[in-house]
Parts: sequence; C-alpha cells; structure tokens
Amino acid sequence: MEDGLLYYPGCTLKTKASDYEESAKAVMEKLGRPLVEMDDWYCCGAVQSLSTDDIMHQIAPIRTLCCAQEQGETEVVTLCDMCFNVLRRANTRAKENEDDLETMNEFLDEDPDYEGNVETYHLFEILRDMKDEIEKAVKRPLDDLKIAPYYGCMLLRPSEVAIDDTEDPQIMEDMLELLGAEVIENPKRTECCGSYHTVNRSDIVEKRVEDIVGRAVEDGADAIALSCPLCQFNLDYHQRATEFEVPVFYLTELMALAFGLDIGKEIGMKKHRVEPNALLKEKGYME
Amino acid sequence: MEVKRSEKDREFVDKVEELSGESVNACIRCGTCSAGCPFVKEMDVLPERIFKRVVLGDKEGILEKNTMWICAACYTCSVRCPRDIDIASIMEAVRQIVLRDNVDKVEVEEVENLQDLPQLAVVGCFRKETG
Amino acid sequence: MAENEDEEQEMIEIFAMGKKYEVPKGLTIMTALEYAGYKFVRGCGCRGGFCGACATVFRKKDEYKLRMDLACQTAAEDGMYLVQLPFVPAVREEYDIEEVDPEEHDNVLLDYYPEIARCVSCNTCTKSCPQDLDVMDFVQAALRGDIERTADLSFDCIQCGLCTIRCPADIKHYHLAQMARRIHGKYNQEYSDELQKRLEEIEEGKYDEKMKELIEMCEEDLRERYEERDMQGEEEG
Repeated sequence: MEDGLLYYPGCTLKTKASDYEESAKAVMEKLGRPLVEMDDWYCCGAVQSLSTDDIMHQIAPIRTLCCAQEQGETEVVTLCDMCFNVLRRANTRAKENEDDLETMNEFLDEDPDYEGNVETYHLFEILRDMKDEIEKAVKRPLDDLKIAPYYGCMLLRPSEVAIDDTEDPQIMEDMLELLGAEVIENPKRTECCGSYHTVNRSDIVEKRVEDIVGRAVEDGADAIALSCPLCQFNLDYHQRATEFEVPVFYLTELMALAFGLDIGKEIGMKKHRVEPNALLKEKGYME
Repeated sequence: MEVKRSEKDREFVDKVEELSGESVNACIRCGTCSAGCPFVKEMDVLPERIFKRVVLGDKEGILEKNTMWICAACYTCSVRCPRDIDIASIMEAVRQIVLRDNVDKVEVEEVENLQDLPQLAVVGCFRKETG
Repeated sequence: MAENEDEEQEMIEIFAMGKKYEVPKGLTIMTALEYAGYKFVRGCGCRGGFCGACATVFRKKDEYKLRMDLACQTAAEDGMYLVQLPFVPAVREEYDIEEVDPEEHDNVLLDYYPEIARCVSCNTCTKSCPQDLDVMDFVQAALRGDIERTADLSFDCIQCGLCTIRCPADIKHYHLAQMARRIHGKYNQEYSDELQKRLEEIEEGKYDEKMKELIEMCEEDLRERYEERDMQGEEEG
C-alpha cells in the first residue's frame, strides 16, 4: 500500500461513530494518506481479557491481524481507542508468548497461522509524525475556539501500549495548537469516563461526566476534543443528566473544520446529542 | 500478623494469583490504588481492602462486595502501583471466579436503551459481566 | 441368490447413542439409524437436505472432533458415533415488522438479539454449518449493523440450529439471520410488481376453479400431477 493506510474500523465506527469515520477519512485523504478499509475484519471485543488462561478472547483481534497478514500488509491503523488497545495488547501477547501464539494458531485451525508480523497503530500516532502536512492543510484556523482535550484510558494505559506519557500526554494538545485552537489545560483529561457502565449503571457514568465536563467548563472550554467513540458517547449523551451543553468533538472533526472541509454537511457532526452548530455559528465557522 | 488460612481459603488465593498472574502478597497497603481510582465513591470497600481480603483468602467476604463490578478496568491503579501490581487483573480474576460458574451480572434481555448504545459499550459490558 | 456371493451386502458398524449396530454400507445416517430400529417422529423431515429438521452430531472413527451435519445428507461410515437432535430450544424474539425500519434504528438486530455482542469470533458456528455458510461473518455483520450483508450471507440457511447448539456465546444465529432477511426484504429490496399482480389475480378469483380442481382430486392423481409439475411455471397461466 503506497501512501494509503490499512484501516480497521471496528463495529461502532459503522454506526454510532460514523462521524468519526467520515471525518477521519476526509482528513487523511487531504493529508495524502487515505484510509483503506481492510477486506475482512472482526469485532475486537472492546475490552481486553485480563485472565492469564483466557486465550479464547484473544482470538478475535488475532483473527483481524491475520486478515491484514493475508492482505500482504504489515501495519493496521485504528481510529477507536478501545479497538486500538485490544488489538495492540493481543498482538503483544501473541508476539511475546510463543506458547500462547501456538495455542491461538491451533485454535484458528483451518485458517492460516498468524506469524506475528503485523504492527498496530492508533491514528494519532500517524498524525503525530505529520505536523508539517497538518500545518500546511489548515485553511481556517480555529483561533476562536477554546478546546479541552480529553484522552480517557485506552490510549494511555497500561503503559506497555501507551501512545504517549501516561500521566502527562501532549499529543492532542500539540495537534490542537497546529489547528490554531486555544488549548484548555484539563486535569481530568486522563480520568475514566465510566466506560461500559453506560449499559447498566448510567448513574456512575453521569457522575463521571459531571466531573469531567464540569471541570472543562470551569476552565473556560467551549468544547471537548477526543477520539474514543465510547468516551464521546458518554460525555455527549450523559450530559443530559447535567446542566452542561458542551459539544464533544472527535479531533478529526475539528481537523476537517480547520482544513476547510465541508464539515457538518457531507462529513461528520451528524450524530452529536449536544448540537455543535450553535457554537460553530457563533464563532463564525458555519453559516 | 500471622495469617492463618484454611485449605479452601488457600485455594481462592491461588486461583486469584493464577488467573491474574500477579502476586497479591506484593501489596504494601500504600493506598495509591484507592487514591487514584475514579470510582471509589461507588465501591463498598476500597480496592486496597480487597487486596487484604484476597490475602486472607476471604472469598465469601469479597464476593458480596461490589468493588470488582464497579472497577471498569481503566488501569489508573495498575500504572500507578509502586509495586507494579496489575490491580485491574486482580479485579478481573475475582470477576472471573464468579462468572465462570455460568453467572451473568448484567441481565442481557433487560438492558434498556439498547438502540441508543454504541456497540462497543454493549460488547465491553457483556465481556466483563456475563459468564 | 446364495450362489452370487458378490451381491451380498457389505456391512459396517455404527454406534447409535453409544450402542453398537451393524448396518449395510452406503446408507445415510438417517436411513442407517432407521435400519438399526430407530423410528423418527421428530428430527426428520424432507429427507432432501432442504428442511433442516435432521441436525445430527457425530464423530468419525479415530477423529477427536465432533462433527455436525444433516442426517439425510451424510453417509454413515464404519465406526461412526451418532446422535440425532430432535429440536433446538432456542428463543426466537418477537417483533413487529412494521417497527423495525433500519432507517430509524442504528442497529435493530443488536436491539433484539443483544447477545451477538458476546461473539468471540471463535468460528465454531461456521465450522458446524451443514450449508457451509459463513455464519461467523454474518453475525459480525449483524453486530456492525450491516443488515444487507447478514441477509446475503445467510440466504441459504435452513435453520437446523447446529450453530446455536455449539455457540459459546449463546447466540441464536439462525433466528437472527431470518430477522435480517425479513427486514432486508421489506425495507431494502425492490418491491415486485409481478407479485402484486398475482395477488390481485388471486383476490379476483382467477385461480378459484383450478384450486377447486386440486382440492377434489384423489391422492393418486394429485401425486401424478406433482411428479409432472413444471418447476419454472408455465408461461401465463
């Protein structure tokens, strides 16, 4: 694949997080490294299984890495933080534990063996190395927007898969600055949003959202930027239980906006519960 | 303090250590895990106290607490532990001991607002809470 | 006959529910079991590989794997261990087809069958499918909300239930897939003008005479008529 990047979407990017997929595809196209979806892929399982004896739950991510291998590729990029975390950890387990890999391959049975030669990346790791290209692509700097970055858990923990410093990450701050936005320091940016508790304990998530969004508002943020579809859902949807109405953007939506792309119409921003339009109109980014 | 355990208690400690791959005796009770945990307010007992109960082999005492079900595996404790104990894995081991008896902690048929939820939330919840 | 040794039937050994029987070589699992004395009231149907009623589980001699197939379509082999499944007690969700518009739901299949979120991609379903369908792939498609792909990949499903019996996640693949096909048929596929035309003709009584004729026929004539039927249907008529 010459300039393109082999892309693993994960289930949510095809439905609730389609704004993320659309905006990321548009942004990467603009930056000359288009995302090319894998021919075949499987649900990663969203959360890493932590039991030493549990190989079964490692099979799904390994199967996906096998698909990349069979396509003749050695790198896979994800947008979703949870997919990223699971793929990278399962891959690490397979690469570092010969016995585990053997068990996995025996289980894969009639399918080809995984040889352990595929590397997994999060989109932010790719963007981090494209600072010049990003700077050049900015047509409409976001200098009227105050953005609080939010990392959540899966990009930073555990340390062996972290894409940045686990306690003091800068990757999003750097990118937001390239886009011209005013970065709001956010001490809550690495605290968990409540994750899957949204399914049956939304009370827990609501308290997390109150805390995280509340602090961003207190510090003067107009909006929050992130990349995990579950964090986006929780911080956006569960604001309904709070007094806040703060738009929660995927970072790629803000990039698309800064690149002058047709954001909100053709790409992105269609599934937000807290409508970002009012803010963007007020700041003159939308008619 | 001399810790006396019955054989059954010992079995529980061994199972937790086997499933998690961690040594529960490495804990020095510094409380860093509880201090950084964003969910402690919801927990019956602090993560650090769960450790103590695991060491004591107090299976019944642990299983009636909600701590391991409130833990969402955010790994804050795991990255901060000065003894490098992966506490999230200990919590998972305790969850697994319950779930492996074919127990579901979430009622799959009773989930509300399923049409609003993103798949990764449902997949994640079912992996952590169904046996 | 006794002088013609070659024509003597070669026999094989099978084990039905663990008990040994000698049966002639060349039978299907279903007919071998019947030869052994079993009478099927449930767990058998069309005997042509279409109805999916005769799901069977077996192990071949010296193999460690359990295999699944249809008893009417699989040859009995020497040394086979066999059991017949009369029924799969899997729940089939009820829904109103008018209220499952995929345009209005991001993921209607997950809504009715939330357990698809427990899929671990183990592929056991695919391996147990007697129709050689990509069962795991259509469950995965369902999870990501792709109704069309779920419907297409499951089109040849005969609802035998073997996938479901084997699934570690308790997924009801065949019921899920049927729902996907029905939604796909109603909301995504083009409406057939021919069907509407035929329905109107029936309403208008165009076939009343022919139907009456069939109802009044004796079984023998009816059978003959069936044997001679034209599968493609005659031109206009």
